[in-house]
Amino acid sequence: MPLDNAPDSKRKYNVVGTRPLRPDGIDKVTGRAKFGADATAPGQLVGRILRSPHAHAKIRSIDTSKAEKLAGVKAVITRDDFPDHTDGDSGLYDTMYNIMAREKALYEGHAVAAVAATTPAIARQALKLIKVDYEVLPHVTDVDDAMKSNAPVLNNKMFTDGVDPKPKKASNVARRFEFGHGDVEAGFKRADIIVERSFKTEATHQGYIEPHAALASMSPDGSAELWCCTQGHYMVRDVCARILGIDISRLRVTQSEIGGGFGGKTTVFIEPVALALSRKANRPVKVVMTRDEVFKATGPTSATSMDIKIGVTKDGLITAADGTFRYTGGPFAGCSPAEFGAMSAFAQFHLDNVRAIGYDVLCNRPKTISYRAPGAPMANFAVESVIEELAHKLGMAPIDFRIKNAAREGTRSSYGPVYGQIGLGATLEAAKNHPHFKAPLGPNQGRGMAAGFWFNFGGQSCVSLNIPIDGTITVSVGSPDIGGSRASMCMMVAEELGIGYDQVRAIIADTSSLGHNDVTDGSRTTFATGMACILAARDAIKKLCARAAATWGIPEDAVTWEKGYAKPAGANAGNFQPLSLKEIAAASPGTGGPIAGHHEYSADGAGVSFATHICDIEIDQETGASKIVRYTVIQDAGKAVHPSYVEGQFQGGAVQGIGWALNEEYIYGKDGRLQNAGFLDYRIPVCSDLPMIDTMILEIPNPGHPYGVRGVGETSIVPPLAAIANAVAAATGVRFTQLPMSPPRILKGIEDAKASGAKKAA
Amino acid sequence: MRYERPTTLKAAAQMLAKEKGQAFILAGGTDLLVRLRTGFIEPDLIVDIKGINGSKAIQKTATGFKIGAAVSGAELGEHAALKKAWPGVVEAANLIGSKQVQGRCTMSGNLCNASPAADSVPALVAAAAKAVIVGPKGKRTVAVEEIPVGPGKTSLKKGEIIESIVLPKRPPKSGDAYLRFIPRTEMDIAVVGVGVNVTLDGKGIVTKARVALGAVAPTVRLVPAAAKALIGTKMDKAALDAMAAACSAACSPIDDKRGTRDFRIKVAGVLARRAALIARKRAGGK
Ligand SMILES: Cc1cc2nc3c(=O)[nH]c(=O)nc-3n(C[C@H](O)[C@H](O)[C@H](O)COP(=O)(O)OP(=O)(O)OC[C@H]3O[C@@H](n4cnc5c(N)ncnc54)[C@H](O)[C@@H]3O)c2cc1C
Repeated sequence: MPLDNAPDSKRKYNVVGTRPLRPDGIDKVTGRAKFGADATAPGQLVGRILRSPHAHAKIRSIDTSKAEKLAGVKAVITRDDFPDHTDGDSGLYDTMYNIMAREKALYEGHAVAAVAATTPAIARQALKLIKVDYEVLPHVTDVDDAMKSNAPVLNNKMFTDGVDPKPKKASNVARRFEFGHGDVEAGFKRADIIVERSFKTEATHQGYIEPHAALASMSPDGSAELWCCTQGHYMVRDVCARILGIDISRLRVTQSEIGGGFGGKTTVFIEPVALALSRKANRPVKVVMTRDEVFKATGPTSATSMDIKIGVTKDGLITAADGTFRYTGGPFAGCSPAEFGAMSAFAQFHLDNVRAIGYDVLCNRPKTISYRAPGAPMANFAVESVIEELAHKLGMAPIDFRIKNAAREGTRSSYGPVYGQIGLGATLEAAKNHPHFKAPLGPNQGRGMAAGFWFNFGGQSCVSLNIPIDGTITVSVGSPDIGGSRASMCMMVAEELGIGYDQVRAIIADTSSLGHNDVTDGSRTTFATGMACILAARDAIKKLCARAAATWGIPEDAVTWEKGYAKPAGANAGNFQPLSLKEIAAASPGTGGPIAGHHEYSADGAGVSFATHICDIEIDQETGASKIVRYTVIQDAGKAVHPSYVEGQFQGGAVQGIGWALNEEYIYGKDGRLQNAGFLDYRIPVCSDLPMIDTMILEIPNPGHPYGVRGVGETSIVPPLAAIANAVAAATGVRFTQLPMSPPRILKGIEDAKASGAKKAA
Repeated sequence: MRYERPTTLKAAAQMLAKEKGQAFILAGGTDLLVRLRTGFIEPDLIVDIKGINGSKAIQKTATGFKIGAAVSGAELGEHAALKKAWPGVVEAANLIGSKQVQGRCTMSGNLCNASPAADSVPALVAAAAKAVIVGPKGKRTVAVEEIPVGPGKTSLKKGEIIESIVLPKRPPKSGDAYLRFIPRTEMDIAVVGVGVNVTLDGKGIVTKARVALGAVAPTVRLVPAAAKALIGTKMDKAALDAMAAACSAACSPIDDKRGTRDFRIKVAGVLARRAALIARKRAGGK
């Protein structure tokens, strides 16, 4: 960004930093808000998807003739209805393969056919009439098994990338990544103490409450409309249009309110299927996933297997850090966040010698998709567990060990770039001084901590700001609001214009109304789309000043904008009564017509983010049951636009991390089928499981944003896994290296330790 | 699918007996409607028993309590006399689901759904509760443990309906308790459940005991050996150890997504010990 965007540290804010009510609140609590499944269209049909019962199978043939003959069935589609328009784009091809299986079904729940019918009962019956001839193949779901040389290979045309020379034998390893600098071997030679450990984590699902839903309507002239819940309707439009082979501009996508996404709604699943059904049936078609389908066929995050080795000197300086990170990506290459895992693993340390190797591994699980700080929590769990153990071996307080080795301004990060102003040290110091850190612990309780990192992202945004004749403002943005961003957008616009928050309202415009907007991900929206709002407001101010200048008959640059008024810039400009936004807006029909501000760009300068978490846990030593008794999140927000939402992000990430650490997991049977595709046996925390999550916002301004804003949505899920594992180790004396730390696993760890007399790894 | 809401048991039993297709009884519906919506069952007839005279009544009789088949968990929890007499049964029934589920769910439904993990059933078995059954051929009364015969299967014959559940009158110095293990704090399914019911004499010695386990075998299990370990003792450590060991020995669980075999066996003993101590305290023992 141009330098004049740098934050003005002396600026006094009127709206930013306050906590107004959320504009979408009433609709959401009264049930008036329209979510994905609430869209309806005249004559709409019910779409249902037939899914593979096998983890891995060749699809010899699909006979849909009986289903097509059933009264009330208006369309049946299979792979044959998705001719390949992907033109060599392998990522797009895989997306298409994922929404409708082609030669093979690659995981249990992979879509193989779909029907559109007049009623749900007929649709269900039609699915039963479709005969799929499968040749069942051997399958693999575990990441370590998938890497073995005798593993069933999912894609016999895949030869590992990133290895020199490229292997001649196909395998499930799609790619090898390597990051780091210095000489790791030499670093370990200088170490007095080395800890080396292996870790495993299970896949978790984003667990959004709203299942995917889409209503598609495609007319014979090739134009189409789609209403769906997504984190990025422009992405949905582009991907669907390309899969269906239609012009992008012919497809208009409207995003519904969204009942959670957390990264899981950054791709398409049912949307192209609904469109293809609608195209064939020539009627609108609505597809709503069941929870079972959500678990089996939408993106969980990776299951992982990791090895960490870290060496330190007697006085607590890290001499070398080395890690290997193996991540499942589901059945397609390039889907696991192994790269982000390897990049972020050691990012919170100042290291002379560091190496992180990542492997993107295929297996017969659903295609992995982003989950809040994709790839980072698991890597952090492994690294921060070893850090804690090293501190104990050194006889050093873990917090002091972390402070001593913390990354700071000027540190060359483990993934390459040199850090500018960062807030890691501040979060660690704040943790050390926090009352939580000194509070006494009860019996069977332990305390743990961890620090975590996330990159953050900028990206493309396009914003329009319209001023009707009463001087109120409508801001049209194209970034789905998944965490309260509409309020933050309004606040930033109000701040710039010098008016009240209540005078500004934001909407999420459809894809035909604005230029491209990237998906709401990478904690980018408040930063990037927010900055576009600021710049659109500045654009509008320029135009408002021009109208005032014309009214007064003075040059445009002789007018300034202050607290919602156009004013002569100085005594020389002339003596005119300031004109309010309202007055200029009211006069606008006669002074040149509507007034609007715009901004479109691709934002840089997102500014990395750090957090430190403290967790107290109590363990029932006889049953392995755990209870989080106190939890504190300390994170750098750059500038908190709406502090309540920032706190909400901190708390939400922590809670998802708590679920991941303690009970959430994908459980596969020997047959490769998911055993717990529902919220009864896939255990996300319920309210009564949790204490109030305490938060502390630090504000170390991001130089890349006019107010200093950094994204805050993801970092909060990074430290909990390790913070909790460290707390469990403190409460039980046993170090757990496998997630989740469910009661059976904790009890077994305690009993094994008792039996062996020593505190060994579980 | 037809929906009927008869007002007499006789009419209900006849409708069920006459139906040629799949017929289901609807009490609170918190199991039935879930199975209906997920497509597990496709009923031809649903007979709602909530409109039947007396089905929502809790009666105190000379021989104990008679609880109508449609009485909800919340209604049990609000009945002071019942709660005082059978705190363990009521706390077990009140553990089912959440506030919303409590407004609907019944103990009869919990029993007839025949899940090995049903929460109220171990407490009912420990309480020596009986089920009064009305069918096309008349009335019969059986011990509750005879109703479930395997996961999802009951001994009820076509047309038979549980009219009520009967809890016996209590001798003085009696107490019962139910504990379950779940990984979370609510909205979860028991990995192990234990119901304990004891009667003490004037000296605090256990004269009668019943111990029942849930979720550790295909059906809820009454464990006479565990009861025997308590009878004649003041529940000292040795007695509790012996009872816990008997409970663990009575388990024949499976490894599944909810817990390992080893875990269930160990935790059954741990919870039995804790539940027994609560029951003793409620019986006025120390
Ligand atoms: C969100 C949720 C949470 C839950 N949590 C728990 C829990 O913590 N613990 C637990 O044990 N269960 C739990 N359940 C399961 C369920 O709530 C209980 O089993 C409940 O007691 C069932 O009672 P009901 O009256 O709703 O039964 P219904 O659904 O009406 O019936 C259940 C079965 O019993 C049959 N039936 C019902 N009444 C009679 C009768 N009088 N005579 C003969 N047959 C009959 C029905 O035909 C059906 O097959 C939960 C369910 C939900 C949806």
